[in-house]
Amino acid sequence: MHEGLHIALGAERLFTLWGIPITNTLISAWVVMAVLVIIAIVVGRNPKLIPGKIQSLFEMLFEFVLKYMEDTLGTRQLAVRFFPLVATMFLFIFMSNLFNFLPFFGSVGIFENGELVPLLRPVNTDLNVTLALAIIAYLVIEITGIVILGFLKYGSKFVNFKEGVLGFAIGLIEFVSNFARLISFSFRLFGNVFAGEVLIAVVVSFLPYVVPVPLMLFETFVGLVQAAIFALLTLVFIKIAITEPHPSTGSTTLTTGSSGQVSTHH
Amino acid sequence: MDIDSAKTIGMALAVGLGVIGPGIGIGILVSKALEAIGRNPEAAGTIQTTMFIGIAFTEALAIFALVVGFIIKFT
Repeated sequence: MHEGLHIALGAERLFTLWGIPITNTLISAWVVMAVLVIIAIVVGRNPKLIPGKIQSLFEMLFEFVLKYMEDTLGTRQLAVRFFPLVATMFLFIFMSNLFNFLPFFGSVGIFENGELVPLLRPVNTDLNVTLALAIIAYLVIEITGIVILGFLKYGSKFVNFKEGVLGFAIGLIEFVSNFARLISFSFRLFGNVFAGEVLIAVVVSFLPYVVPVPLMLFETFVGLVQAAIFALLTLVFIKIAITEPHPSTGSTTLTTGSSGQVSTHH
Repeated sequence: MDIDSAKTIGMALAVGLGVIGPGIGIGILVSKALEAIGRNPEAAGTIQTTMFIGIAFTEALAIFALVVGFIIKFT
């Protein structure tokens, strides 16, 4: 085992504030939130009718994401309703992953029994953070399905007596797979970011000088892809949740694409 | 055999065997996506996006294996 290669699976607690433990990932998350809020306030402060450069850049990005969501969800009204959630998830995860590579993340800290406890740790290396995001996504998906379809119709996707025993079994599997999304969302993000951090720690302990740089570039790309995947999957699952249950087979059909093609079974 | 060596072997087996399946799966996925793009270059955008979603699902299984490996080794 390497002397001095200290990999902590859980986030280290720094101090306790009124009974709530404050970990180093929590402090990093606050930093990320502060940066995002400051950017939002500075950019959105005085929107002009004829936009300047920064405003038009953000407008282009917004329009691109809104168009994609409108294509997936169907109507512009639904796209506007879910845009804050999806965009915030993407921005928060992406910014947290970008902050992994700042010089003082993971290296500046205090010594506790001979081991360095860093003051700032990459946000998504804490399973609590990713699990919280996954729970938010899961609750939004389920509640959206119930609110838009109605409780009985949404429940009939899972508890399905019309098709006999096979339909009931499929409904049960659907229910469990909905629930398994919690685990899948949280572990996908956590695993990718944590494994990247461990990889860079191992490489730095062998060859600290030029070699980690292309790996850090790769990890930045992975961070971007994982943020996009999280937001995209939330969007796709919302779409699946608000789709009507199919009358003949009891399973849901997913329609995407701007051509408006709908698949029907008889 | 002491516990440390057992842990190391356990982690190696868990991760090594665990990524075989997703590796093959992602290979099949991307090859079919390339085939589809070759047949219908206009739909390349939709195909690419759906391919990425599929890759995210299969890669998640490999990540589960990796996390189990970490848990075995480091706790």
